Amino acid sequence: MSAPQGTQGAANAYWREHLKLLFTLLVIWFVVSFVLGIFLAPALNAIEIAGYPLGFWIAQQGSIFVFIALIFVYVARMNVLDRKYDVHED
Amino acid sequence: MDLTTLTFIVVAITFAIYIGIAVWARAATTGEYYVAGKGVNPIANGAATAADWMSAASFISMAGLIAFMGYDASVYLMGWTGGYVLLALLLAPYLRKFGKFTVPEFIGDRFYSRTARIIAVVCLIVISLTYVIGQMKGVGVAFSRFLETSYTTGLFAGMAVVFIYAVLGGMKGITYTQIAQYVVLIFAYTVPAIFIAVQLTGNPLPQLGLGSTLSPDTGSGGVYLLTKLNQILVDLGFNQYTAQKGSTLNIFLLTASLMIGTAGLPHVIVRFFTVPRVRDARKSAGWALVFIAILYTTAPAVGAMSFFNLFNTVQPGAIGAEEGSLAYDNRPQWFRNWERTGLLEWQDKNNDGRIQYYNDKNAAFAQKANEQYGWQGNELVKVDRDIMVLANPEIAKLPDWVIALVVAGGLAAALSTAAGLLMAIASAVSHDLVKGVFNPKIGEKGELLAARLAMAGAILVAGYLGLNPPGFAAQVVALAFGLAASSLFPVLMLGIFNKKMNRAGAIAGMLAGLTSTLVYIFWYKGWLFIPDTNMLPDTPDYWLFGIGPQSFGAVGAVINVIVAYVVYKVTTPAPEEIQHFVENIRVPRAGGTPAQ
Repeated sequence: MSAPQGTQGAANAYWREHLKLLFTLLVIWFVVSFVLGIFLAPALNAIEIAGYPLGFWIAQQGSIFVFIALIFVYVARMNVLDRKYDVHED
Repeated sequence: MDLTTLTFIVVAITFAIYIGIAVWARAATTGEYYVAGKGVNPIANGAATAADWMSAASFISMAGLIAFMGYDASVYLMGWTGGYVLLALLLAPYLRKFGKFTVPEFIGDRFYSRTARIIAVVCLIVISLTYVIGQMKGVGVAFSRFLETSYTTGLFAGMAVVFIYAVLGGMKGITYTQIAQYVVLIFAYTVPAIFIAVQLTGNPLPQLGLGSTLSPDTGSGGVYLLTKLNQILVDLGFNQYTAQKGSTLNIFLLTASLMIGTAGLPHVIVRFFTVPRVRDARKSAGWALVFIAILYTTAPAVGAMSFFNLFNTVQPGAIGAEEGSLAYDNRPQWFRNWERTGLLEWQDKNNDGRIQYYNDKNAAFAQKANEQYGWQGNELVKVDRDIMVLANPEIAKLPDWVIALVVAGGLAAALSTAAGLLMAIASAVSHDLVKGVFNPKIGEKGELLAARLAMAGAILVAGYLGLNPPGFAAQVVALAFGLAASSLFPVLMLGIFNKKMNRAGAIAGMLAGLTSTLVYIFWYKGWLFIPDTNMLPDTPDYWLFGIGPQSFGAVGAVINVIVAYVVYKVTTPAPEEIQHFVENIRVPRAGGTPAQ
């Protein structure tokens, strides 16, 4: 079942765009949790916002909110991407 | 009405609800039994996933862990939530597109290998069985402590309820009970937290209360809670609450291992097989994290606030002054209650009839306390971290129904996780072993019966292990996450993102990740966790580069990927039809055929 060239090209383009989105989101995921929440946390703790040392807040609260946002951004962007390449369901 | 009766009534009502749901959600086909007929609404599945995921440990122990570890407990908060980003982006949608029943089935089909499938089944069973022991123990303990039954009776009651809805309803029954259990557990967790936040800070949102100033009747009005907590801890010879204490490398690797392990846990992954479409799987992961975050962002507040309450109780005045320490005879009622359970223990080392709680392992402070205050050592010789959640309602002087609710919540957390794990085990046995390996010709009815029998068997095994918990039960969390991170997650990811990855690479990678992680854990914890068989003491001084055994999963995952790549490079790539299979799962609706 070899797909026609055009379909194959489109499928590759879809996957490339998808990977680009994944890469961007995972960079943010890494920076927020590991860079800000762990490696830079001691330094960020010098900054205090509304009673929270910043590094501590990112590690125990902020990062979790960012994780949620990342998934919903992914959901929205993928819905757009699926339609653009006409691979969406229903 | 006394507390025990009230608790009994509340627990009985919740159990009746679970059984009612079971009768309504009976499964008639294998599709319903394994994946709830793929008809679960994504938001509902999010709630079910949250209950599936949040165990007795999340509900009872996590806030206490945070209290005693402060910043360093962030590894659990980030590790156990950040994994959902990996799950949503790297696994869930494609596995849903695959559209069959189990995780080992995907590994077997993708790597065209029965061997790979069997290795995956073994990993799944080890991970899920070790995990389920803790849940069964949680059920028994909750019953024996709050309902004045024996541990065994409690365990049997829990087993009976799970038996009814899991054997009857399979994944369908489990899904809808998990949703009900989520409601019970989240209500039970947040109500006391809101009360405490209001009492201490005047702010009803615990997430904001954590960063608020203390209210005047705490004796430290106007000071930020965290500032005050840092100050108390330092004054008593402990480390600052908000400062990092462990090694950065170990904190980094532990967080990474928990994240990767979370994403690789089969009982969580399989929840995303139950939604109707690929886009629902993505959305559902987001909702799961929202529901999880309600508890996970509340826990740091519960930890810090109940810790503050503890210090404020035992150290009501100036440190070193005689009246600064609480007289033992004046201890509050909750203190007496928890002493009786053995979770809180006091020893009057300097015979002054007062409670001194401080860090006597800090040599400089211990010496100062001894010379200037006449303290002879820390007198709260035991403060079990679990009381941070369990004693909360009493410390905050909340009405009895809140305490009853907390018990029902803890049971809901334990039962929902246990059911999810048992489902993963049962389907691996009936679908991957019985149908996949031993008797491929088995029909729909036969397989459904096999699935029910496997579930009944899994419940009995789990119950047996709950009654006779192996001595290593406390250690196995490291094992479960380590195995999920080092064996299942990498091979699933490679199977989706590298379409040429072949059978030899996958098998070699899984075995390498698995073996390296097992050896590293056993090296410090003892072979098969048998005491005194460890090769090196399990302390940071002896850890390789300061990497703790719990943190090794991420390293095992990297080893898995490297070995898989090397072996794949020197062997033949996956056949053409497998590459088409991978291209097909990467898009929600491929090749012009609508997804089912």
